[in-house]
Parts: sequence; C-alpha cells; structure tokens
Amino acid sequence: MGTTTVEANNLGKRFKDTAALDGFDLTAEAGTVLGLLGPNGAGKTTTVRILTTLLRFDTGSAAVAGFDVARDARQVRRRIGLTGQQTAVDELLTARQNLILFGKLFRLDKTRAGERADQLLAQFGLADAAHRQAKGFSGGMKRRLDLAASMILAPQVLFLDEPTTGLDPAGRREVWDAVEGLAADGTTVVLTTHYLDEADRLCDRIAVIDHGRNLVDDTPAGLKRRMGHDRLEIVAADPSDLPVLQGIIAAVADGDTAIDEGASSVSAPVKESVAALTAAATSLRDKQLTVADIGLRRPTLDEAFLELIGTPAKEDQQ
Amino acid sequence: MTTLAPLPDETLAGRLKWTLHDYRAIVGQEFTHLWRQPVNFAWQLGFPIVMVLLFVYVFGSAMDVTGQGAGVDYVAYAMPGMFAMTMAFGFTNTAWAVAEAKQKGFIDRVRSMPMASSAVVVGRNIADTIHAAVDLLVLFLIALVIGWRSDGTFWETLGAFAILLWLRFALIWVGVWLGLLVKSVEQAGNLFAIAFPFGMVSSVFTPPELMPDWLGAIAAWNPVSATATAIRELFGNPSAVGDSWPEQHALTAAIVWPVIITVIFLPLAVRKFQNLGR
Repeated sequence: MGTTTVEANNLGKRFKDTAALDGFDLTAEAGTVLGLLGPNGAGKTTTVRILTTLLRFDTGSAAVAGFDVARDARQVRRRIGLTGQQTAVDELLTARQNLILFGKLFRLDKTRAGERADQLLAQFGLADAAHRQAKGFSGGMKRRLDLAASMILAPQVLFLDEPTTGLDPAGRREVWDAVEGLAADGTTVVLTTHYLDEADRLCDRIAVIDHGRNLVDDTPAGLKRRMGHDRLEIVAADPSDLPVLQGIIAAVADGDTAIDEGASSVSAPVKESVAALTAAATSLRDKQLTVADIGLRRPTLDEAFLELIGTPAKEDQQ
Repeated sequence: MTTLAPLPDETLAGRLKWTLHDYRAIVGQEFTHLWRQPVNFAWQLGFPIVMVLLFVYVFGSAMDVTGQGAGVDYVAYAMPGMFAMTMAFGFTNTAWAVAEAKQKGFIDRVRSMPMASSAVVVGRNIADTIHAAVDLLVLFLIALVIGWRSDGTFWETLGAFAILLWLRFALIWVGVWLGLLVKSVEQAGNLFAIAFPFGMVSSVFTPPELMPDWLGAIAAWNPVSATATAIRELFGNPSAVGDSWPEQHALTAAIVWPVIITVIFLPLAVRKFQNLGR
C-alpha cells in the first residue's frame, strides 16, 4: 500500500476536431480500486486505452506499474490485464480452450497454461462449464471468463472498461464478487462505470471525468456528500393541491423547492430526511390532504451528473 | 504473487522463437474453429458448389467456349475457373474474420498483451492459406465426381494448385486491409459486392473474347483470369485465349499479379494495423 501504480499527468488526446482528453490527471495506489465515472463520451475509454498501450496520446505522461506507457509499452503489457467493453473471448472455443489460448499468448508453456486455466476456472466459478463452448454462456459467465483471461498472469494492474454494462443483476453481482476478490489479493484495479452503486460498492476512490477533464476525485463517501442531500418529494393526487404541497415542503426543506407540473410533484432537498418526512406527513394529515405518493429519494446518478457537470448523462456511444 | 510474462531474449533468434510461438497459438485457434464449426466450412464451400451446378448444368449446355458447339467440354473449361473464383472470393472470408476480431475486442486484447502483435495478421494469413488448401481439395474431389480431369502431369497439377494458393495468399492482404478498414462485421459482409464482379468479370465462366470489347479487356487483365488461364494450361484443359498480353502469357501473369497485389496491399494492411493506436 502507499505506492503509486497508475499515474497519468495532464493527458491530452485529440480525435480530429474533438478533444477526448484535455489535461486529465489520474492516480491509483497499489492494491486499491479506482473508479472512472462519467457520461458516455467523457473520455473514460480513451483513458483506459491509453493506459493499456492501445492508443497513443498527444500530450502529458502516463506510467503504469512503474513503466512509461509510451516508451516501455512492452514492460507495461507484461504487468497489466485488460477487459474491454466487449467480451473478447473466442465464442467458438470452450472456456478452458480460451484460457489456454490466452495462457499460450502470455507465453506460458502448455502444462502451465493448462494448470492456470483450471485454477482460474475454479476461482471464477466456471469449472462446471470448462468444456462448454463460450457462445452458450450467459452474459455474466462470459464476463467472468473474460475477466479470468485478463487474470492469467495475475497482473499488477487490471483495467476493466464497463465490466457490468448489459449484465442482469445476478451477472453484475458475479462480476463484483470477482473484482473484490482480485483487489483483496493485491491487484490494483482501474474500472470505468456509469453506475454509482457499482462505484460505491467496489471503489476506494472515484474520479469523475467529463469532457476529458477531471471534475472530482474523491472517496465514494466524499462524492456522495457532494451530491447533495436526499430529496423529499410529494406527488399530488389533484394538481390543484400543488401550491399547498409546495408550502408544506418549503417548511421542512433545506433549499429551493421545485415543482414538476408534468408529474404533479413537488420536491426539495432535505438535511434531516426522516424528520422532514415525518413533519411533512403530519402536516398532510392535519390538512387532511390526500396525495398520490410521498417519499425520500437519494440523488440518482443522472442528478449527480446534473449537479456536477450541468448536463444529463448522454445515452450516445462514444 | 504477480507473475511476469517471460521476457523474450533480445537476440534475433530469441525474438523469432517467441514470434513463431505466438503464430502457432493463433493458427491453432483457427484450427479449433474449423474443427468446432464444420458447418461454417460447409457453407463457405456451398457457394462455389452451387455455382458449379448452375453453370455446368443450367447454363453450360448453352455455352460454346471452345468453338466446337454448345456444351462441349464446358465442364473442363469451367472447373479451373471455379477453382480460381473460389480463391478470388476468399478474401471476403479473411476480411470478415478480421472485422469480427476487431469488433469483438479480440485484437485490442491481443495488442495489450506482451506478444507479437503481428501474430493476429500473420496467424490469420497462415490459417487462411491452409483453409484455402482444404477448400481446394474438397472442390477438386467434387470436380472429379462430375467428370472433370486433369490431363497434366503430377507436377503440373501440383503447380496449378500452388498457383491457385498463390493468388489466395496475395488476396489475404487485401482481406486484412479491408477487414481493418470496415467499421463493422455487417459492412465486411457487404464486401461481397466487390468480390462478385472481381471474380466474375474474368475468364472464369466465359472467354473474355466473347464479351463486349471494353469488358473483355477488363476481364483479360483481371488477375483471376490469369490464374484461371494458367491452370487450364497446366491441367491441360481447354482454354480460349485472346491476343492480349496476360492471356498470351497466362503463367507469368498468374505469378506476377499476386506479387503486385502483395506489394500494394501488404504495406497498406501493416500500416492500417499500426494505425489502430492513433
């Protein structure tokens, strides 16, 4: 602990007219999990591609596992693992054949490649599926196989680009468990994600990136504090009640109330959320008002982005 | 607990050893594919087989390529053309495989590994050439079944085989280049629109002489025609050659054309591969 395994300073990368990275800094300590959080097109994948030697950069410097990414690409490649956005396993091969193939390409001899394949299959819960073709696997199984393939040499640094995108909840949990296990064994993990819950669960630090620049670099707890408080929301049963409801919420709010006419709802940030909820519910009862819904909402990731970067998370692919 | 990939010796021999090791691993992977998916293999051969049946039995009876009457010797004329055409179309298979490897992130994964990154391209090349040889053997057997024969000597027949593979080998670079160029596997599938005229506007099914002048000139100079005509000569099959240089010197043209193709497309493919990092 304490040594820096991934360090990028002032990274800049342009694709034609757009700056994918514009002076981005990144640091990850050995044995920690770093989350790169940001909307699509923010520069997450570009950062991962640069740090894994797949992409040249225009300005700045980057070092992984103590080696310069640009000058010592080969040394870096010996110390990293990469799981990209697509599952880069050979679907026609069996799980075991895949791991042996990658083992050979990592230059293990046949015996060691086979031993390592069996270890990893057991570690990632794929032993029963070892001799089945990967094309019949579920999304979570493919991802785990993909992860196993990038773990063949037990790399110092593992890069995961959106490891759970497109997975169902069970699949996500499988991948999370695998990542947690690796981090516990001392692997430094750099992962990109859209999901706050994922970053929250896995990461020691989170770097929020947008338009290729650092926005925030903090622990999950610190990030959540920045994202503001819970919001108290009341959905009116009758839209004509909205002004009254606004009054009720304003009385307990710690900020401006917002009215959403379309959803017939009123909301406002609250500090002491449970107390505020109770107070608001009491006023409703006193005024004998019927409402469609009342509740507390944690800020969603979209709202977090809205608050941090002023635009909603884009849905388009980068 | 972290293991490092063995660092290849910096000597030429050491690097060569590991490079060959990587090529072998990739070629081995391709063979497992073949083994695992014989159906794919059958489909790839389905097209030339359908074309054989179509041309030999449907159109063939109306074809008078030797001037001795419709249908005479058409099987003997068309089969070498079919071999050449199958080789010509082969680059679409290469392009498709490369595009798929790129789209699925396989190429990225390999590029982030401490291996010879050329293995993706060269391994593909070796695997495709062997694959093409198997294709040819199967077609060869089918041709024998429907009555085609090589009248050449053993060595001439073997030479014809080599000339066919030589064309396929050169076209692999075209396939690699196109496979890296296209944006998706779907686009790679559309490459057949290029392959079709490339294979067909040639002496494969009809002598260029029988085509309109301008088209005949294109067909006569088509590398596929050179290969088709050259192997007809080697097989001792009937041929119908015009006055143009490549038709008169088919064997030379069949050797030189693939060299020209390689000289142009090998550097293009290599550069495209290196530029993946830009």
